[in-house]
Amino acid sequence: MSLNKKVLGIIFANMHEEVVPELTRERTMGSVLFGGRYRLIDFTLSNMANSGVDEVGIVTKSNYQSLLDHIGSGREWDMARKNGGLHLLPPFSNVTSGIYRGRLEALYGVSDFIKSSDAEYVIMSDCDVAATIDYNAVFEAHVKSGADITAVYASSNLTLESAAHSNVFGIDESGRVNNVMINPQISGECNVSLNIYVISKTLLMSMILDGAANGIYSFAKSILQARCGDYKIMGYKHEGYFSKITSVKTYYDANMALLCTENRKSLFNDEFPIYTKVLDNPPAKFDIGAKVKNSLIADGCIIEGTVENSILFRGARVGKGAVVRDSIIMQDTVIGKKCEISCVITDKAVNISDQKILGGSKNYPIYIGKKAQI
Amino acid sequence: MYTRKECVAMLLAGGQGSRLYALTQDMAKPAVPYGGKYKIIDFPLSNCVNSGIDTVGVLTQYQPLVLNDYIGNGQPWDLDKQYGGAHCLPPYQTALGAEWYKGTANAIYQNIAFVDRYNPEYVIILSGDHIYKMDYNQMLEFHKAKNADATIAVQNVPIEEASRMGIMIADDECNITDFEEKPAHPRSTLASMGIYIFTWKKLRQYLIDNENNPDEDKDFGKAIIPNMLNAGEKLVAYTFSGYWKDVGTLDALWDANMDILNPTIPIDLYDPDWKMYSRNPVLPPQYIGPEATVENSMVSEGCIIDGKLDNSVIFEGVTVEKGAVVTDSVIMTGSVVKAGAVVEYAIVGENSVIESGAHIGARPESCENRDDWGIAVIGHKVTVSEGQVVGAKQMIPDVKKK
Repeated sequence: MSLNKKVLGIIFANMHEEVVPELTRERTMGSVLFGGRYRLIDFTLSNMANSGVDEVGIVTKSNYQSLLDHIGSGREWDMARKNGGLHLLPPFSNVTSGIYRGRLEALYGVSDFIKSSDAEYVIMSDCDVAATIDYNAVFEAHVKSGADITAVYASSNLTLESAAHSNVFGIDESGRVNNVMINPQISGECNVSLNIYVISKTLLMSMILDGAANGIYSFAKSILQARCGDYKIMGYKHEGYFSKITSVKTYYDANMALLCTENRKSLFNDEFPIYTKVLDNPPAKFDIGAKVKNSLIADGCIIEGTVENSILFRGARVGKGAVVRDSIIMQDTVIGKKCEISCVITDKAVNISDQKILGGSKNYPIYIGKKAQI
Repeated sequence: MYTRKECVAMLLAGGQGSRLYALTQDMAKPAVPYGGKYKIIDFPLSNCVNSGIDTVGVLTQYQPLVLNDYIGNGQPWDLDKQYGGAHCLPPYQTALGAEWYKGTANAIYQNIAFVDRYNPEYVIILSGDHIYKMDYNQMLEFHKAKNADATIAVQNVPIEEASRMGIMIADDECNITDFEEKPAHPRSTLASMGIYIFTWKKLRQYLIDNENNPDEDKDFGKAIIPNMLNAGEKLVAYTFSGYWKDVGTLDALWDANMDILNPTIPIDLYDPDWKMYSRNPVLPPQYIGPEATVENSMVSEGCIIDGKLDNSVIFEGVTVEKGAVVTDSVIMTGSVVKAGAVVEYAIVGENSVIESGAHIGARPESCENRDDWGIAVIGHKVTVSEGQVVGAKQMIPDVKKK
């Protein structure tokens, strides 16, 4: 970190997975596939790596096989380190940890890990947001403002549905959070929390121990909301592209938003590369007769048909004469010859045999589960 | 202690590749990009790993910076090992002084200590000059079954090409009886692929003897192989019939790239059982714009394609703007083809810029005399200015003239 203060990163891999039960049936929120070649955890983990946070704990709860596969030793994020580096923190890993009910309880479960770090500050993040954020800037703002907690938010036009899965901040002229609404029944332009917080380790530890002693487990409700006036909670506004996943529909929209050049420039920026697991795929191949328009294509794809307004993950295949529109085709999915696919999300390794016609609509894309054979 | 290694690979990667001119001004031939995301050296390295050879000495000499950086600790090829793995071996100074690698044999001679560390039974000598997928383990099994002292991989070539190559004359049992370098009247069509397996103890002695004889070339083809033949050692030819291409000239490099786009040519990079490994860039997926057309092409991560691509190999992070046309060409990492530019039958090196309206290369049928035709080449970090025309066979910078 630029101010020569050590910062410990804590990532919650499972938080919010109930909002996309289809996508998280066999994986954590952090390992949900996103943007053609990524998993959601890649964004916050890369932000940490790019901001010099080189000691990171990933708190997980269940269903974490795919997360372990993806993260490995943390080498791709330059976090396979002798000092610091990446630590996976599954439940039941020590005497205080079990299945947690909220963020404070989860932190209590890993309190030994936090205590053992010599960092002065902690940055916490969930995995439901894809955004490129300079955590250094957040941290600098935190130190400068003398805040107890700095919370990252973004301005967003919320629907009733997405607000029901979000926390919304009221923010005064000085940038201080003066009101915290949890899953509110509102819609319109709001300061939506991105669930990224900077806090000093000492203060966090006292909150954790206090919470454990008093049976308090929710950070949002019992700290941010209940003690909004006691603590100095400062907002840090993220400008530029972000997507917060609150449903399969918002997941679909967030991916599709990457077809817009401005959003891509904001998320994929040369100075803040997004790291992910390397699969050693060859380049994508476009056959004779392929027609591809306005699409994101990852390496290893072989395209013989038509692809429009779609996202193809690594190793996807589109057969001759097939037409894929407005769809998200995840890793290793095979779409047979002369298929017609529109507004469909196929999970990993789906196999759609020749001449099938599948269609959803943009406000209700069809989801096809992992390894389905159609 | 550690067990000994059965077979250690020594990869000769110091070659300049002088006939690649503009492309090898600041990198050695094995570091030349190929196939959308690879470098030539990825092929022998991946072959080693896929064949179960986990100890590779990479001998570098000419412009080693790019190569050393690329190989690093060998991790992309799974060659970062506690014992073994990939090691870059440049020439070094000893108590007796310092000297360059004077030839292929001398390069190995200077690294006898490296090989001895692993105490191998066999050594396989490879070069970083060819594109091919080959199971070295099968060749090693052949070497063992034949109880040979040296096994030389050969390929059956058309007789008209034989006079440009090192030709092995072998009997029905694959025993090599004679060897001719670029014979005017070839007696066989078995061309050496520059891949040798030696029983290390034997080779070690021949390398020492060769070094001690000041009159001899310090080269496998010119000295070690003939010496072994003359001494009556058992040399056998191992015939390999898969795809194998020397990419030593600009035309051959272009051809080899076009081969990947040709489904009838057996260089399948998508084979899950024989993965080609390389150092991967950290880039987002490629974006194909609303007005782009992309056919019969390979395109890599981070590209932004808004123009027209046909029959081309496009490396990572290349931008092809709206209205630009790229056909039958190879565009290497990070280059930009601006609106209205045309690139055909050309190789564009890394991080070059083709400004709008420029025209690179020409179709073969546009040249009256077929001999005037050849691919156009733009080197690395070159800007071709607006409207500039670079014709068939031309090169920027024109290092041929220097």
